[in-house]
Amino acid sequence: MTTLPQQTDRKLGLVIDLDTCVGCHACVISCKGWNTENYGAPLSDQDAYGSDPSGTFLNRVHSYEVQPEAGAAQLVHFPKSCLHCDDAPCVTVCPTGASYKRVEDGIVLVNESDCIGCGLCAWACPYGAREMDQAAGVMKKCTLCVDRIYNENLPEEDRQPACVRTCPAGARHFGDLSDPDSAVSQLVAERGGVDLMPEQGTKPVNKYLPPRPRDQLQTPDDSGEIDVLAPFLEPIDNGPKGFLGWLDRTLEKL
Amino acid sequence: MHPAPSVILFSSLSGLGFGLLVWLGIGLPAVTGWVAFVFFALAYLLAVGGLIASMFHLGHPERALKAFTQWRSSWLSREAWASVTALLVMAAYGAGLVFFDTRWWPLGLIGAALSLLTVLTTSMIYTQMKTVPRWHSLSTPANFLSLSIAGGALLAGQVTEAMVLIALAGAVQIVTWWQGDKALATSGTDLSTATRLGEIGNPRAFEPPHTGSNYLLREFVYVLGRKHAAKLRIIAIVLMMVLPLLLLLSPVWHHLAAALAVLSHAAGVLTARWLFFAQAEHVVGIYYGKR
Repeated sequence: MTTLPQQTDRKLGLVIDLDTCVGCHACVISCKGWNTENYGAPLSDQDAYGSDPSGTFLNRVHSYEVQPEAGAAQLVHFPKSCLHCDDAPCVTVCPTGASYKRVEDGIVLVNESDCIGCGLCAWACPYGAREMDQAAGVMKKCTLCVDRIYNENLPEEDRQPACVRTCPAGARHFGDLSDPDSAVSQLVAERGGVDLMPEQGTKPVNKYLPPRPRDQLQTPDDSGEIDVLAPFLEPIDNGPKGFLGWLDRTLEKL
Repeated sequence: MHPAPSVILFSSLSGLGFGLLVWLGIGLPAVTGWVAFVFFALAYLLAVGGLIASMFHLGHPERALKAFTQWRSSWLSREAWASVTALLVMAAYGAGLVFFDTRWWPLGLIGAALSLLTVLTTSMIYTQMKTVPRWHSLSTPANFLSLSIAGGALLAGQVTEAMVLIALAGAVQIVTWWQGDKALATSGTDLSTATRLGEIGNPRAFEPPHTGSNYLLREFVYVLGRKHAAKLRIIAIVLMMVLPLLLLLSPVWHHLAAALAVLSHAAGVLTARWLFFAQAEHVVGIYYGKR
């Protein structure tokens, strides 16, 4: 049924730390690796070794630069996958019931044997989280690694989404965002986690932690400390040397 | 948005076909026998031809029947129901006119209402997309419905009604373009809200996630048509409104002028519908620093 549940028992999702992400794309690769050989149709590539390669991915990392009013510009790496929205517009547009949001944990999934590949759910998603697989003709999306997180054949430490398990920087966190005491909820509260495109009214479960202010190298003036040796360590001559130095001095005299 | 030929053909042709069914349903023209057969055949060719064309963009057309299940939430599912019931009711009504020389008028009225409902459901598929601000407006159903009824009047040979309605549809089309051009800027979605980095400073796309293209860019960030948009709009409005009006007003009113007016109007609607997709900006393009 493509009507959304009134509420879900849990809200499993990701918290992505934009302050910590180093932009290595390991989450992209591990996601593709796990999901191409497990739940549903493989994530196909087209013309992978040719002049116009493209393929299906469930997670992609953008990079943005931000210029604050004061201070240095920052580069922010920005992983983006399905946000498992509470008000998921992709689910309600589905004409066949292939797209659904689970009541028990809030995960948004596609039943691929019901999907007619009309592409409407990808149109309805503002985040670009759904991609039509060109080989299988069905819609692919992040499953929150539903075949890992409940999988008792895996060691306990592996029962989390592949992207979270692989992230070398610890920038991705997985948990229940409906429980205010869960580690992820605490993290969101502490760091001021935000929704993407809140004006679209999708109520995403996944949260993003904004980059923290960058450290400033403190000068003695800022810190209030007095360094008695500093005057002696100042460079005596910062001016140019050699011919340019002569030219500089001569022009000064004129 | 990628202007898929199958979807453009579908929405334009079936719009005209269902428009003609509306007029036949209310008994204008009041035809029976063979003449009725020709009118109904034309309407069904357009409406059903359009529906079949729309199947070509599905990844799995063999599962299309499943699309009837989710009418509670999905406009596409409602469209499937509306179109099939409209076609069935109008088939019974048409059979009365063609074979029994009788006009079962209640059936005709129900069929006309269902035909209008079909066009409305088609337009709502696009109107509901908050992600495409240009479509997310009341002008989209107004545009689709006015074109369908005007084109239907033209096909039904209702000259006076057609002239008024074509002028009206042309006016609605111009308002739709004028409103649509402001829609993305006033939607409130930009790179600042998409990344939430606006709270630190002024964000700019630095590097996309991949060097090649992907499904999202092909489907949602289609920029080819925009360069010629102004010229294409003039062509569309001349073909859909100006030329048919001149032909209908011409003193030598005969079947050739009428046929030319229909062809010109249909070509204008197809051009406008192509622009409807090609010019539409999906907010996911913002993540790529594009629109």
